[in-house]
Amino acid sequence: MPKIKLHTKSPHIDMTPMVDLFSVVLTFLMLTTTMRQPEPAPIDTPFSISDRTAPDANIMTLLLSEDNRVFFNIDNGSDTSFHFKGKILAEMGTRYNITFTAEEVKQFEAYPSSFGMPIQNMKSFLNTKDAKERESLQTKGIPIDSTDNQLAFWVLVTRKVNPAVQACIKGDNDAPYPLVKKVLDILQDKNVNRFNLITNLEATKVTQSEE
Amino acid sequence: MGEIIQEEKQKGGKRRPKKHSTHIDMTPMVDLMCLLITFFMLTTAFSKSKVMEIVLPEKIKKNEKVEPPKIAESRTINIILGPANKVFWYPGMVKDSKNPPILQESDYSDQGIRKLLLDRNKLLFKKVAAFKEQMIKENPTMSRDSLNANIKRFNKADDSGPIVLIKAYKEARYANIVDIIDEMAICNIVRYAIVDINYVEDAMVQTAMGSSTPTKTPQN
Repeated sequence: MPKIKLHTKSPHIDMTPMVDLFSVVLTFLMLTTTMRQPEPAPIDTPFSISDRTAPDANIMTLLLSEDNRVFFNIDNGSDTSFHFKGKILAEMGTRYNITFTAEEVKQFEAYPSSFGMPIQNMKSFLNTKDAKERESLQTKGIPIDSTDNQLAFWVLVTRKVNPAVQACIKGDNDAPYPLVKKVLDILQDKNVNRFNLITNLEATKVTQSEE
Repeated sequence: MGEIIQEEKQKGGKRRPKKHSTHIDMTPMVDLMCLLITFFMLTTAFSKSKVMEIVLPEKIKKNEKVEPPKIAESRTINIILGPANKVFWYPGMVKDSKNPPILQESDYSDQGIRKLLLDRNKLLFKKVAAFKEQMIKENPTMSRDSLNANIKRFNKADDSGPIVLIKAYKEARYANIVDIIDEMAICNIVRYAIVDINYVEDAMVQTAMGSSTPTKTPQN
């Protein structure tokens, strides 16, 4: 009788399928990713049952924080070659007699998050890389008083440069109503009557009474 | 995870040249990929944020003379968003500012303001259900989209549901507004508007708050 040969199995595990899968997932994530932008102030959005998704481009977002600050964010339109952000900044500069260098405009276009400071501080904001200093410049938010209503100008200029822009309002749960009212008033003064309120989708099931 | 090299023990004196295995040690690569995947998973904003659309009526310019729209008093419900997540409501309108109607207190739960609104909107729900049945009977092959569009048009033309006026007291929060607009969507309220609170209602909220919280600490 022939001896049964016992194969000594190597402790290797064939990792090829695993690596295949990993590469697929990794490629997918790398291609679809849109980085989560850090917000300058913590914003806890309220819940609603609305399941409409926010538009991808051509939006201006107004952030209302709990401590009465207003932040503003605009995008470059559906294509970065439009350079909407740069144009808006330049236009704001001419209104407030501030000339922004090409480098600063580039910096502004690349800045992905919301900002909230008087336009007078914009120059130093764009020239610093230090996150702490940037934060210290944004302690007041964008001025919305009737004496120095810079938010109204931001809205006006944005709509002038990019007429297709839609207004989104991202408010914190605890943002006080008078602030909300004021911001809505400013927008309505500039003939923006359609707003998108950014909310989280509520998981609770809605029971509709049929009787 | 090091590679364990097995030494082959051979009894005979003949030593074969060791064959190089075709395996490549993929462990470091897998490690790196794991890290990258974790990183991307955590930084990706997968769920795009949802939006709730509201359209406010155009502002009346100062030099413009526009009659405010007339609405039936019997159908009107005033909802006042109060401080500390309270909701107050009263039907109709304030006829006599010296003797304002009493505010009813409610909340944002589904037993609170939603119950009231659904109750008031019962007639419309019935009508919509009947309309839907009729539509399906008439045209069983109708697509869901056009059915929904028809129902939407039917809703718009309706004149039995309540008209809700939403007013916010100065201490209301942003979440309250979103909540109440959400309730409007849930209860299928066709006509609602966000309007400014007037001073009579301000006082009404203050008295209602005063009576509902008699043991208020004087610090605040």
